Amino acid sequence: MSEILVLAEIENGTLHSTAGELLAAARKLAAELNLDVSAALFGEITEDITGEVVALGADNVYTASHPKLASNVADAHVAALEQICQQASPTAVLTAKTPLGRVVGPRLAYRMGVGVAQDCMNVTGEKISGKITVTRPVYGGNAMAAFTFTDKNPQFIVVRVKAFEALERDDSRVGRIVELDMDIADDQIKVKLIETVKEESEGVKLEDASVIVSGGRGLGGPEPFSQLEELAKMFNGAVGASRAVCDAGWLDHSYQVGLTGKTVSPDLYITVGISGASQHMAGCSSSKSIVAINKDSEANIFKEASFGVVGDWEKVLPSFTATVQELLSS
Amino acid sequence: MSINIIVCAKQVMDPETPSSAFSVDSDIKQVTPVQGIPPVVNGFCENAVEAALQIREAAGGGTVTVLSVGNEFVMDVMKKPLSMGADSMILIQDQLCENLDALGTVNVLSAAITRAGEFDLILCGQQASDWDNAHVPLGLSETLGIPCLTEAKNIEIGDDSVTVNSSRTDGYEVFEANLPALITVNNEIGEPRYPTLRGIMQASRKTPEILSLSDLGLSEDQMAPAMALSDLYIPVSEAQCEIIEGEDDADSGRLLALKLREAKII
Repeated sequence: MSEILVLAEIENGTLHSTAGELLAAARKLAAELNLDVSAALFGEITEDITGEVVALGADNVYTASHPKLASNVADAHVAALEQICQQASPTAVLTAKTPLGRVVGPRLAYRMGVGVAQDCMNVTGEKISGKITVTRPVYGGNAMAAFTFTDKNPQFIVVRVKAFEALERDDSRVGRIVELDMDIADDQIKVKLIETVKEESEGVKLEDASVIVSGGRGLGGPEPFSQLEELAKMFNGAVGASRAVCDAGWLDHSYQVGLTGKTVSPDLYITVGISGASQHMAGCSSSKSIVAINKDSEANIFKEASFGVVGDWEKVLPSFTATVQELLSS
Repeated sequence: MSINIIVCAKQVMDPETPSSAFSVDSDIKQVTPVQGIPPVVNGFCENAVEAALQIREAAGGGTVTVLSVGNEFVMDVMKKPLSMGADSMILIQDQLCENLDALGTVNVLSAAITRAGEFDLILCGQQASDWDNAHVPLGLSETLGIPCLTEAKNIEIGDDSVTVNSSRTDGYEVFEANLPALITVNNEIGEPRYPTLRGIMQASRKTPEILSLSDLGLSEDQMAPAMALSDLYIPVSEAQCEIIEGEDDADSGRLLALKLREAKII
């Protein structure tokens, strides 16, 4: 039986959150096309991790612990995934839109001469034809495009982070674990990892925050961000920014939310002085509630937000913050 | 030291086009160009040009060649990298490239690069703002069989090697590879310079080399798409924004907070 293969990433000894999301997407496809779901695990693999992958939806787990796979260098992962594709001949390969997954999937697709779709928000299998269609944003999120793969397998699909919700863990599931002896030749590795530098930002990580207060060009400079920070702190949340803010150097690029920045999906996303260009919305549109403060009533952000104030942020924000503080402390 | 760099650049619809003017023709599955808004060089490709110029300057010599594939170039637009200081430009312009997908683009770029001769470095924007594929550079590195370094925010050239700091969500990773290599960049590498008057004058005297697919010995089947575009549409936002209006802006802010409490959001 053919299968849908996912690259389940391991980070700092634990299964990456995208692995569950990929397995959920793969289970959807597998149900539609009557296929198995397999997962590839590379690096330092424990029984806990293989067990988790099975509980989250894998029927087969291929594991490889080659020393070259210890760090997340794309070259080794491309080579290892290629060997699994040759042995298992999957119908489709799913990788996550992480720094590793968004490179490994496309590179292997080109190496194998097959198609690849980046940043997919949905995947659908058509039972009768067996064809897979993916939906992805194009033109900076201004439009959505659906692509249908041609007959060449495997079909490579890079899935957007948080586009799918992981299935509930089911520890009664049983999976087949296949330990693979990988042979990764030295000439396959063209890039060497010298060093990993962590730049921990203070407080809650943007991707993990349940409340985010984001500022845009409309704030006029870096100083007002301290007011956004004050509001974010009340919720134990984080501060984000539009690309214009980061390009202007008001904040570091690690704060950038959007198509080319971070993808976030907090419970509450508060924007201040953000116009809501598609490029920005592509990174936050899956937030549960969006609230906008902007002086331009025509701004696109009001088409995306559920609540908004049209007004001068310098007057709106302090009273908003003060009232929030009262409400939270009462 | 002298270094020869190829920068791949794409002509795209201006991403600053207001969403109100943005429309698609779902029948032919194409985005409708907006009258009066000329195309631009893709933003990240301009970042790649800037990075290339800085590397050439630091090396104290060499060449920066800009390469592009398209079906209808606007010469005033495409000459911008030359005005910024690039040495030469190769444009693959062919009607057959009108609906070229990523796989076809990789085949064309690869053939053009092989034809252009020896190089030390290929620089590409991480993704183009039209189709947002973000995999043409990756495919190019595979086809050419050279090291692939992505999302560089800093590039240092050594004797026969290159060291790159690649952006990560919580910091960066330092990678090293031998030359020749391919590197992708985005806005984090730094703002592209504005063309100077002298640069514009010099660019006006340069003529891009214009080639067709047959000049590259490419056949139509090498342009066959890997996927079929089955639908193209503008997403409809389901959000209905409730505008909160108070007596003045400060009052609106207060009422907004109360509203969020009422809606059990906070």
